[in-house]
Amino acid sequence: MLEVQSLTTAYEGLVAISDISLSVGASEIVAVVGANGAGKSTLLKTIAGMERPASGRILFEGADIAGAPTHRVNMLGIALVPEGRRLFPRLAVRDNLRLGSYLHRRKSDREAPLEMVFNLFPRLAERLDQRAETLSGGEQQMLSIGRALMTRPRLLMLDEPSQGIMPKLVDEILDSVRTIREAGTTVLIVEQRLAETLEIADRAYVLQTGRVVMSGPAKEIAGNADVRRAYLGI
Amino acid sequence: MLTAENISQILMSGLLMGLIYALIAAGLSLIFGLMDVVNFAHGEFLMTAMYATFGLVVVLSLDPLILSPIVAAIMFVVGAFCYRGIIVHAMRARTNVGMVQVFATFGLAIVIRGLAQFAFTPDYRSIPKSWLGGQTLSLFGVYMPAPQLAGALASLLAFGALWLLMKKTDFGRALEATREDAGAVGLVGIDRNRVFAMGWGLGAALVGLAGAILSIFYYIHPDVGGPFALIAYVTVALGGFGSVFGALAAGVIVGIVEAISATVLQPSMKAIGIYAVYLLVVFLRPRGLFGH
Repeated sequence: MLEVQSLTTAYEGLVAISDISLSVGASEIVAVVGANGAGKSTLLKTIAGMERPASGRILFEGADIAGAPTHRVNMLGIALVPEGRRLFPRLAVRDNLRLGSYLHRRKSDREAPLEMVFNLFPRLAERLDQRAETLSGGEQQMLSIGRALMTRPRLLMLDEPSQGIMPKLVDEILDSVRTIREAGTTVLIVEQRLAETLEIADRAYVLQTGRVVMSGPAKEIAGNADVRRAYLGI
Repeated sequence: MLTAENISQILMSGLLMGLIYALIAAGLSLIFGLMDVVNFAHGEFLMTAMYATFGLVVVLSLDPLILSPIVAAIMFVVGAFCYRGIIVHAMRARTNVGMVQVFATFGLAIVIRGLAQFAFTPDYRSIPKSWLGGQTLSLFGVYMPAPQLAGALASLLAFGALWLLMKKTDFGRALEATREDAGAVGLVGIDRNRVFAMGWGLGAALVGLAGAILSIFYYIHPDVGGPFALIAYVTVALGGFGSVFGALAAGVIVGIVEAISATVLQPSMKAIGIYAVYLLVVFLRPRGLFGH
């Protein structure tokens, strides 16, 4: 479904990710793990069109989307739940969700994902009229995931969904990722939390200072002592 | 002498002009709220709309009132084109983005003024005959010049339409979202450049509507936009930068303060009252009356 080939992205001359290749198959959960500053966020931002790649290709269902603007990437079926959530803070929860279905004109295309979001995160349904900024960190993360799901993506990318969230809600959010996959959406997740993430993922890539240093089934990565010690500092 | 009748006459004149000021300021506020760009060519948009009305009156022999929606539509295209052709490039600047934007719109103002002087000469023009020109209505002894009344009503209608657009439509929601975080709207498939272009179009259309009606009772010349633009900047600052409906309230305040100072002081000193109120707000409530 997604095929990243030799992707390199630089910020103001500094290389953030270098020569990264990875693939995500339909209905997989693929995790990208690594320490802070390993380039995980840059990878997702580049795929989503929020950063321009210096070189490399990003094939989504066969089409090269490298360098395409964010809105076009979203139209093609990739939704990003970004770092820092990037909600519309002064708009109501309801409006944040509605904005997710901006491109969908048919009523059914708006109602079906909304029902799924409410099933995943019932507490959002109770807070529809609240401003997004009044939600707790965990609820904001749920709303950001909800907004992304409203765009009806075939590939959902999550950038550190556990960041700044109470432990209890982290489990709830990671559980929701499983449910999302069961509903037929492919997931590419970036996380610092190694154990919990590898538990829900099928395959994983380990990033260190902008390069892929190891990849394989999530179980193998989880059991590999070298990974834990050398690349993740545990 | 100030009598009750006198006072109501002053308030009415101020209210009518104030609503027209609000209409002029609405577009400026909309664009600023959307993308933090102050359009220094706003007065020149007004002037362009007045010449467009004048030209259409001459060519089509229709009344300015009938032409006002057409002029607004023309100005929508002008505004959207200014964004696509100029502002979008100015925003790509890598350093000093703020200054680049200031000079881009300021330069645009000078270019439009120059073109108007070249094409139409600095002569003052006026629309000689129109339905409303010179007409006056009287309500309980308070006189209302018909063109000003039409402008005030057009302003209220425009604000009503704007409110419906912002609160009740998908596009309005996209506009609000872009005001909140322009970098995030792409994540839900919204092209922010399209929203910005629409914002410039809407802003220019609003000032275009005001220009069409002003042309009924104002002389048209290349520098006509300047004083109105100055009042619009004060109105936007008073209402709160980027608050479109704050501009409505602020416009009315500015109009009434102007009418009072013109009577209490002298007509030539009417601007002093406006700036005094503005400075007071700046000192006491720097974000404006309705700013966040």
